[in-house]
Amino acid sequence: MTVTRIRERETLQAVAARIRSHVVDMCAGPEGGHLGGAFSSADILAALYSSVLMVDPQRPDDPDRDRFLLSKGHAAVGLYATLAEHGFFPVEELAGYGRPGSRLMGHPVRAVPGVELPTGSLGHGLALGCGFALAARYAGRDARTFVLLGDGELQEGSVWEAAIAAASLRLDRLVAVVDRNGLQLTGATEGIAPMEPLADRWRSFGWAVRDVDGHDPDRLADHLNAAPWEPGKPSVLIARTVKGQGLPFLAGRSASHYVTLSPRNHARAARALQAMEATG
Amino acid sequence: MTRATREAYRDSLLPLLRRHPELICLDSDTGLFNAEYAATAGDQYLNLGIAEQNLMGVAAGMAACGRIPFVNTMAAFATSRALEAIKIDIAYNKLPVRIMATHGGLAAGHLGPTHQALEDLAVMRVLPGMTVVVPADAAATEAFVEQSLNLAGPLYVRLGRKPTPALPAAPPPVIGKAQTLRQGGDVVLASCGPYPVLACLAAADVLAGQGIEATVLNMHTLRPFDTETLVTAARPASLVVTLEEHWRSGGLGGAVAETLAEAAPTRVLRLGMPDRFVDEVGNQEHLVAHYDLTAEQVVRAVRTALDTEARSGRTDRRELIS
Repeated sequence: MTVTRIRERETLQAVAARIRSHVVDMCAGPEGGHLGGAFSSADILAALYSSVLMVDPQRPDDPDRDRFLLSKGHAAVGLYATLAEHGFFPVEELAGYGRPGSRLMGHPVRAVPGVELPTGSLGHGLALGCGFALAARYAGRDARTFVLLGDGELQEGSVWEAAIAAASLRLDRLVAVVDRNGLQLTGATEGIAPMEPLADRWRSFGWAVRDVDGHDPDRLADHLNAAPWEPGKPSVLIARTVKGQGLPFLAGRSASHYVTLSPRNHARAARALQAMEATG
Repeated sequence: MTRATREAYRDSLLPLLRRHPELICLDSDTGLFNAEYAATAGDQYLNLGIAEQNLMGVAAGMAACGRIPFVNTMAAFATSRALEAIKIDIAYNKLPVRIMATHGGLAAGHLGPTHQALEDLAVMRVLPGMTVVVPADAAATEAFVEQSLNLAGPLYVRLGRKPTPALPAAPPPVIGKAQTLRQGGDVVLASCGPYPVLACLAAADVLAGQGIEATVLNMHTLRPFDTETLVTAARPASLVVTLEEHWRSGGLGGAVAETLAEAAPTRVLRLGMPDRFVDEVGNQEHLVAHYDLTAEQVVRAVRTALDTEARSGRTDRRELIS
């Protein structure tokens, strides 16, 4: 199996831009969507699906595949856009997001090709990822498991239960990515429940840690491809991101958390993305 | 002969692990598998530590990759603390995780309400696709563990802690099929779990001496519920009494009342734990007696109900039918 470099001639930035563009369109639908967290994750998702994950959209159930879990399941619009862009289902299907008859629910569901397990209630993904990694080890498979966590999600105690288990089980084929956008529904994570120094916290739980720019997809891919970084330790990439990155009128604001774009703002957003793409 | 159902589970799982490499036992430091048992199970046993949400999540992840995890925890921690992981990670995904929940009902005894589970059956039986069983003795436990190999979805097994008595001769225990332990046309006594089933059998003896014939059902499977056996037994009867080590709401009594209300309206008396937290100190047998989950209470309940019915001049249902 090969990495799904569907768009080999495209830069990862271009892939991320297409993901954001789909997210904007979905958030202009009748139900809106979790735009801010999908935007902060877009470069991470582009790096994972275009350069890192060993997955085959034609055979999404291949037992030897790498597995990805969007533990911050509210960023479903970002995942759906990514999966569609990488050929797991037709891009046209994204237009049905949140609408009756569509399989694209507001949080990821198994009915969508490429979604491993449903997520959305925060704090579940890392334990599930431990289960994936453990099962792969028992089966003698080299596959890796990647789990994308929100930074607000780290307030859930179950995340740390799983962090303890992963280190204790020496699951070095498990890689967590924290989308460290610093904002949650009602404000700054550091104001609500401080987590810094976050890298030290993970390190003290027995994880190998790297703390990086979450909007440089090439570097993200390099780091993720290099994992495990320390033998016998699970890896966590703390990706410093901006919630709503790419939309000047929403970036860095809690208000970007859940957005239903009006036709006017939909057009504004599309223009902003075009400008972003043009400037690279 | 007495034997703890949790030990019967452990002893029946070990040979199954050898025969079925896809099985794995995940523990939350319950102590059920000591070093010797753990060594016997080899790498098919893992103690993940005291973290029940993680336990369920890891089990779900492994099950999604083709393994069949048996997870050991206490009923109180499984169904209250880790409920969301069971609901979302296991039940929603229809994954074949076997939740082996010890210290069910009052089995935690003197350890108190933090360790007792008097709500677990109510909670588990509402989850879509969850199979919920309460073996009444060691033999039934062994049978259910073996039968679980043929079960596609998740399973919750309520186990005890200390040795409890074996049931007298009974039809073979089969998941999903209530056991008719005695037949009689006047009343139905339905129960689950070691002490309640034995109490109902003893009550039936006493009632027979007073001219009241009881059908005694061991309704060990709360989901899928054996509606057919219950309705068939209830149809000729004027009264159904349930008895369980569970708060009176939502458990077996709830399942029986819901079922009969729709399928064969019959008077149902639900006997179980009073609507409060246990404040009495003592072992399981003491608490069962203290809270009157006994044959005596069943007899009293039946007599009172039938006497009231007779005094009010209500016509016997059987006469109406004939």
